[in-house]
Amino acid sequence: MSLEEKINPVLRQIPPSGIRKFFDLVANTKGVISLGVGEPDFVTPWYIREEGIYSLEKGYTMYTSNQGLLELREEISRYLLRLTGIVYDPVQEVLVTVGVSEGVDLALRALVSPGDEVLIPEPSYVSYGPTTMLAGGKPVYIRTRPENGFKLTPELLEGVITPKSKILLLCYPNNPTGAVMTADDLAKLLPVIAEHDLLVISDEIYAELTYEGKHVSIASFPGMKERTVILNGFSKAFAMTGWRLGYAAGPKEIIAAMTKIHQYTMLCAPITAQKAAIEALRNQNGAVKKMVEEYNYRRRILVEAFSEMGLRLFEPKGAFYAFPDISATGLSSEEFAEKLLFEEKVAVVPGSAFGPSGEGFIRISYATARKDLIEALKRIKRFVRKKTLKKQ
Amino acid sequence: MEKEILQLLHENAKLTPKQIATMLGVTEKEVRAKIKELEERKAIIKYHTLINWEKTEYEPVRALIEVKVTPQREVGFDGIARRIYQFDEVKDVYLMSGDYDLAVMVEGSSMKEVALFVALKLSTIEGVQSCATHFILKTYKHEGVILDDEEEDKRLVITP
Repeated sequence: MSLEEKINPVLRQIPPSGIRKFFDLVANTKGVISLGVGEPDFVTPWYIREEGIYSLEKGYTMYTSNQGLLELREEISRYLLRLTGIVYDPVQEVLVTVGVSEGVDLALRALVSPGDEVLIPEPSYVSYGPTTMLAGGKPVYIRTRPENGFKLTPELLEGVITPKSKILLLCYPNNPTGAVMTADDLAKLLPVIAEHDLLVISDEIYAELTYEGKHVSIASFPGMKERTVILNGFSKAFAMTGWRLGYAAGPKEIIAAMTKIHQYTMLCAPITAQKAAIEALRNQNGAVKKMVEEYNYRRRILVEAFSEMGLRLFEPKGAFYAFPDISATGLSSEEFAEKLLFEEKVAVVPGSAFGPSGEGFIRISYATARKDLIEALKRIKRFVRKKTLKKQ
Repeated sequence: MEKEILQLLHENAKLTPKQIATMLGVTEKEVRAKIKELEERKAIIKYHTLINWEKTEYEPVRALIEVKVTPQREVGFDGIARRIYQFDEVKDVYLMSGDYDLAVMVEGSSMKEVALFVALKLSTIEGVQSCATHFILKTYKHEGVILDDEEEDKRLVITP
């Protein structure tokens, strides 16, 4: 038996990330403006970094409790109350994780039995499907469309349900489409969720980046807290991606199950990040608001640029992504991204990296300095004009 | 909208009304009207350029002068401040709480020029008790802008 054959067979079924291949291409091209980055272009605000440094000076270099520092969980609980209006008990209903990535993995492993189906709206963040498979579940993708603003509708949801359906995995505001679900949109899903007794994992990492109205969590509806695990973290709102810090909040039975896996596999999240995160939540000094305001400016610049280009772009209302339809150029997502990279030195991510329903689209991240974004949009415009002329 | 326009222009006075309109989701006409109004009521006084003189060959010498004064009857500190701020060499004047009264930023082409200005002009004004001159050696941050070279983007070029 070769070494390769000895690798877990489930892993062999999982294709390598579609982003990886493109990453190598971009990394080897010089002078590129990248709109392909899924993290803030801001560095962590200084008041947070400074707290991390201080904690190191004071000698906080040890493990914390498995669930995370109680002080941090209390701050998270208060923060979630402000953000979602839901009360979570910091002792039993909150778990500090190593980023939302670990939270997704823990929630799926805690809830999935072999063969259970996990329903995932697509285009979707790249890790949900593979993590589901590694947990022994079967990912079932729900194709959302720009006509509906890439929202999940009760009809779409009903359409994929089988007796094996167990979990609905939501991510709104959405990566890669920038879609959000309003209170009305969510309310329409509730009867379907209740009828089929689904559990919900709700990845709300982009909650602070909601540009019109306020973020609404599905867990805030009556009866939903009991069947929902909220996942959130510090990466996007506080520009803390590299600190690797997130959290899960949900019913105590599920949090206890997740904590069990976490204690055997991760032990605890890094203490420096936890200390800094306490300060991030405690002294909100307007830094988050300022970043959100800047993203919103860029979002509007981008939407206008695409309308001038004549490419169809459903208006993104959250996160820092736009997902324009590039099919008018006659190119596939990958061709578009590759040619744009070679001809104009602008990097975007092919929509197909986020599942088959992303074909015909590209993902643009506007977590890029305003002047670079404007220059990149100019180049994309030139590129699109060239391609559409050629097609005619 | 007013606050946002002011903040945007404060950060970059070269933004056009059209660009501002796009960013704020309003019409260009509204932005033009607002800017005109702000200019007319002198909320916007002028549009100036933030220069890092250290990167040029014209780097001026600047000093912060702590001035102690005897307030004058009727005009208080304002009379002396007025006599001081009329000089072209004087760039900023603040009335301060604490050990001294006026903080005066003076600019010249050499240390000697600044020192002479303080000795001959400032300290001889009636009512000025004393002047303490502190030369500025390096500017790290000015008007909220860090003058060190911009940090490069350390992120990976593509991430999910």
